[in-house]
Amino acid sequence: METKSILLVGVGGQGTILASKILTTGLMEAGYDVKMSEIHGMSQRGGSVSSQVRYGDQVFSPVIEKGAADIVVAFEQMEALRALEYLKADGALVVNTQKIDSMSVIVGDEQYPDDVLDEIGKHVQEKAIDATSIAQSLGNSKAANVVLLGTIIKAMGLEHIDWDKILEENIKARFVDLNKKALRAGMEAVS
Amino acid sequence: MKRLMTGDEAVARGAWEAGVRYASAYPGTPSTEILENLTTYEEIQAEWAPNEKTAMESAIGASIAGVRSMVSMKHVGMNVAADPMFTWAYMGVNGGNVIVTADEPGMYSSQNEQDNRNYAKAAKLAMFEPSDSQECLDMMKAAFDLSEEYDTPVILRMTTRICHSKSIVETGARKDVDIKDWAPNPAKYVCLPAMSRNMRVKMEERFAKLSAYSETSPYNRAEYTDGAKIGVIASGVCYFYGREVFGEDASYLKLGFTNPLPMQLIKDFCSKVDKVYILEENDPYIEEAVQRAGVSCEIFGKNIFPPYGEMTPDVIRKAAFGQTLDTIDFDRSKLIGRAPAFCAGCPHRGLFYRLGKRKDIMISGDIGCYTLGAGKPFKAMDTTVCMGASISLGHGAQRAFDMGDTGRRVVTVIGDSTFFHTGVNSLMNTVYNGTNTINIILDNRITGMTGHQDNPGTGFTAQGDPTTLIDMEELVRAIGVKHVKVIDPNDLRAVDKALDECLALDEPSVIITRWPCVLKKFSQADLDEFDDLFSTRDVVDPDKCIGCKKCLTVGCPALNYHAEEKKAFILPDQCVGCDVCEQVCPVGAIRKEVW
Repeated sequence: METKSILLVGVGGQGTILASKILTTGLMEAGYDVKMSEIHGMSQRGGSVSSQVRYGDQVFSPVIEKGAADIVVAFEQMEALRALEYLKADGALVVNTQKIDSMSVIVGDEQYPDDVLDEIGKHVQEKAIDATSIAQSLGNSKAANVVLLGTIIKAMGLEHIDWDKILEENIKARFVDLNKKALRAGMEAVS
Repeated sequence: MKRLMTGDEAVARGAWEAGVRYASAYPGTPSTEILENLTTYEEIQAEWAPNEKTAMESAIGASIAGVRSMVSMKHVGMNVAADPMFTWAYMGVNGGNVIVTADEPGMYSSQNEQDNRNYAKAAKLAMFEPSDSQECLDMMKAAFDLSEEYDTPVILRMTTRICHSKSIVETGARKDVDIKDWAPNPAKYVCLPAMSRNMRVKMEERFAKLSAYSETSPYNRAEYTDGAKIGVIASGVCYFYGREVFGEDASYLKLGFTNPLPMQLIKDFCSKVDKVYILEENDPYIEEAVQRAGVSCEIFGKNIFPPYGEMTPDVIRKAAFGQTLDTIDFDRSKLIGRAPAFCAGCPHRGLFYRLGKRKDIMISGDIGCYTLGAGKPFKAMDTTVCMGASISLGHGAQRAFDMGDTGRRVVTVIGDSTFFHTGVNSLMNTVYNGTNTINIILDNRITGMTGHQDNPGTGFTAQGDPTTLIDMEELVRAIGVKHVKVIDPNDLRAVDKALDECLALDEPSVIITRWPCVLKKFSQADLDEFDDLFSTRDVVDPDKCIGCKKCLTVGCPALNYHAEEKKAFILPDQCVGCDVCEQVCPVGAIRKEVW
């Protein structure tokens, strides 16, 4: 099969790294060749973060080129816009409706535009979901990352992988049930 | 067993499988996780050293005394470690020794980019360059065997993409490597000129043998495609980038053992193609060798590819074929920046907020989270060069300002771990030569930027075991600084008072700002020393808030402004009650809440 490319973007602290860890572990156990690339270093200090995941029969480059992502999943609105150039023309975009002000907005140098989703909508048929509220309704807003992981699984047709098992092996026991529910809620949100 | 591993994890695993017993490092992105992973193997004594030179020398000692040892560092760390490394190259090993350098093309978390393959060439050391995590593991094992067989330290050169990318790795068992005997051997281990001259000759003999190894190394291999007239020569992650771009249309010469380079293999490969593309990040290291080899095919290297930044597939595609993939064009004016910032509760905030208000000073900075003090809203840093430079650069600048009779004063800022790294030497220079710089050591009780590694000032080893804590205040006084103030940086009045006092002095002074990093896992000692440690929060009283936005100027991610109501508010799940904004509010609208 042709190599598939998944780009997860967000803001440091939103849990993109855990989501991509679960994703890549599942893909490996399903028999795919997998590569993932992350840039950390400044990630805990409110900067933009991204995880690039590629899988297929044989993956060469661990990084995704601009215009080459089959799906972009953005954990935050502005990061969705920033990542738009990575998406293939016919690629899928899932965006969490959460907005996080950057320091330039807080100190008044820039304004966070109100119409980010409108701008995205002009170019792609995005799927906007409120993953934070969905996770909150399940008991903990921190599970928003796994809700968003659920959207990837559905959109990329990866339901055949035993995600419950992967969650059990990679998440603390007391959070497993919450995250199983979050994963399903994410899958339903893009059905 | 198959596992997904980062390159850093795989290097640590490879070291363990190779029977390594001793490892030392100083943290530095993207190399930090190598030693962090090594601490998880009980057979390995893995240590954080105060700096890379110390780490290198300790690994040399362990090798001489008979065990397999390694040292890992980021690219600029090798500059610090270069002094022992160049002479270590003369001596050769007893137990195998590998030096890991993690370079940063693209400078994601570094002050410069430099191609450390040049160090291997200059020091005449054998070098491997892995392309993925499996090769990180395999090459570590090969490097240790090669080190002992050829009596040489070996460099493993990684880059950020290799360190921080995950790919599937087949792991194996640990090799049982006995501790070798040690016996005095001055001809090998005492680098007096008379000895070194002999060693220097032997180095050339060794290099010739390594050249022969390079020609037949399993890590240097030609992969021919039938009928292909295009050749690609690549090392590191560029090999996979090349595969991505050139696909089945090219033949490949994959170079994994790159000092000395396999010159005959390169010539043979080039004779079979019309054009050769040389894919390597930063310097034309392979390209210069190919040029010297006098091959007849057309060579494309840095004449089309950039000598800086990453050579990702898009960069290669554009340079080689003038092509870019179709991308979605959107209104870029709607993008807002998202630069990293001090965390809510960061103990650097109060200091930089007040320091940035001072006039007629130059602020000499250093390497760490606090380098973010250079940006908005603080604008409280004028220079940053390298680890430890703040204090010594500040000394020189003060000298120059004094000559010009400007009255300008120099304030230096440096972190606790950076002070122990090389700042302590710089402070000796200031005291010995005598300028009146104000030197601020930001003691947040941990090595922050790289993700919380212990250091000589924390009281814990790399494994988290209690150890002797080096008292920074006593150390500074022992060097000869008479005026030492220890303050809480969240107390703005204390910051101002300390600065006023030190600026009035005509001799060097030190201010230690002591408050732990908000992200730190607190020790019992932290909890005992610091009252109400992040167990409170601040709230804005909307009835009192006049909407002046003064509080927002402290640059805290927990603070926000409600445009319609014209009131500031604090995000309760982010605030940890450092009270800096509370002290800035002109109308007393912010108050402390205890949970």
